[in-house]
Amino acid sequence: MPETLMPALAELEVIYREARADREFQERLTQLQRTYIGRPTPLYFAERLTESLGGAKIYLKREDLAHTGAHKINNAIGQALLAKRMGKKRLIAETGAGQHGVATATGAALVGLECEIYMGSEDIQRQALNVFRMKLLGATVSEVSVGSKTLKDAINEALRDWTTNVRTTHYVMGTVFGPHPFPMMVRDFQSVIGKETRRQILDAEGRLPDYLVACVGGGSNAMGLFYAFLNDDVKMIGVEAGGKGIDSGKHAARFAGGSLGVFQGTKSYLLQDEDGNVLGTHSVSAGLDYASIGPEHPYLRDMGRVQYTYATDDEALSAFEHLSRMEGITPALESAHAIAETLKRAPRLPGDSIIVINLSGRGDKDVQQVARLKGIEL
Amino acid sequence: MNRIEKVFKELKRKNKKAFIPYIMAGDPSLERTRDTVLILEKCGADIVELGVPFTDPLADGPTIQRAAERALNAGVTLRRVMAFVKELRTDSAIPILLMTYYNPVFKYGEKEFVNDAVQAGVDGVIIPDLPPDEAGGLLRLSHPAGFATIFLLAPTSTEDRIRKVGRASRGYIYYVSMTGITGSRLSLDDSFSESVRAIRRTTGKPVAVGFGVSTPEEARVVAEVSDGVIVGSAIVKRLHDSPENLESFILDLRRAISPE
Repeated sequence: MPETLMPALAELEVIYREARADREFQERLTQLQRTYIGRPTPLYFAERLTESLGGAKIYLKREDLAHTGAHKINNAIGQALLAKRMGKKRLIAETGAGQHGVATATGAALVGLECEIYMGSEDIQRQALNVFRMKLLGATVSEVSVGSKTLKDAINEALRDWTTNVRTTHYVMGTVFGPHPFPMMVRDFQSVIGKETRRQILDAEGRLPDYLVACVGGGSNAMGLFYAFLNDDVKMIGVEAGGKGIDSGKHAARFAGGSLGVFQGTKSYLLQDEDGNVLGTHSVSAGLDYASIGPEHPYLRDMGRVQYTYATDDEALSAFEHLSRMEGITPALESAHAIAETLKRAPRLPGDSIIVINLSGRGDKDVQQVARLKGIEL
Repeated sequence: MNRIEKVFKELKRKNKKAFIPYIMAGDPSLERTRDTVLILEKCGADIVELGVPFTDPLADGPTIQRAAERALNAGVTLRRVMAFVKELRTDSAIPILLMTYYNPVFKYGEKEFVNDAVQAGVDGVIIPDLPPDEAGGLLRLSHPAGFATIFLLAPTSTEDRIRKVGRASRGYIYYVSMTGITGSRLSLDDSFSESVRAIRRTTGKPVAVGFGVSTPEEARVVAEVSDGVIVGSAIVKRLHDSPENLESFILDLRRAISPE
């Protein structure tokens, strides 16, 4: 990280630790989670999906029903409250699929701060609906047309803005990535997902699930679900974007195709060439289209706690349609990667086993793009 | 004492200030970069900062981002820049610092990087995304080898960080003139001069100022309060847009920084 930001990161850590221990702050956050975000989100037993696969019982953690349509709001509201506490005037954020941008713009509107969102020009094109939503919420959307024009370039640009305006601005990192304390802080704000799921599955089934499945871009929805179960006998699977297949080189599967690197303030797995330059990535889902992964994921993988796999674009697209037809729920293309893995795995498991999928976001934002991919004009 | 420290000691003796131009290696080709280094040396530059292109230069503004893109398109890598400096050493003795980001160095291997750089005749390194807090390994390798390590300070740096950066830096301290990225607008107010003075006082090391110095007049003002002036984006831009005017621009900067 540039020197200019080091004092701000140190300050952020201090303020965050204070806020975490401050009852008033926590009460305000809990109240907003309940009355504004709509928590707890339901844990839904997907009966027809389960029957269609003839194996494990499948539950969906409905983060798609959270305000603004994805889990991103959990973190954005937390950080917006922190920014207010620090006396900042302005929020900035990067966004890939646009969900974190929408969530941050929402948080800014809620607490009364200015907001600017950086988004790659390629993502602006494929997520036009979310771009308009951000503007509607009063945010400025700045197009990033350098590098690969996707999420990583939006993060670079947001970091440049933060370096310039650090005295007045808080950077709302959208995932469990970037310099400390972001990975820890974002994980904490998202861990509400797993805490609720644990309670809900115990209510519904009287026991913990056998598997948790979540898609992994930066990895915040996966970390949010997994964190409360790390000490339990529950298997966990993170699903990366396999794009057009690992051999094609057009993917964002950091574990399958990457190596250790240091990028944007984090040491983690990185898709890079032999000279340490960051490779372009590809995924049908903008939110998974990223060259690195939050640092706690490699840690969990190396200790054998979480298993990581990937789903290709085609598998995600067919899961997108399958869930829509089976359950009347259209998942975000990101979440469709977790569904795709479940479609492969559930039939091989006994009927009394239980899978919980984090349905991290709703698919409305992707409908136009899926239509375009299918050659249908709307 | 490494060669960079010697430059500043010698300049101090003559009551002069360092002129430190930055160029991107391989923009648009390494052959051109070779010619440019020779021009810089001839025109009186004291040290050259040689940029090594990286795909994600998060401390750089648009001018240097684009230069990095051109250099990457020309196939320039850290390894090739090392070989380039080694070859250049038959014609030029000017002190050279590499300026790059941490991941290319990490991927190269810190130990191999310092060894190869010293072998090639590189005098030191500047890594704007590597604060001294994370540079322990690199420092242990660099200092016994006489390899300079230049760290940055910014207007936001606290007293504690100034001391930390002072301890880790060998050669000079790179003071970032404003909160921002390379090529932004300079603001030379009283707090700027006061910051530079405070850093010199606290660390006892030479302070060179960069980020945003774009005209001879600005360079003159910066030279009055510091030990050296770094000019990057303004040179990179000229080199790309109107290379025929480079030499006179460099001479103007040189004269502005330390009049004869």
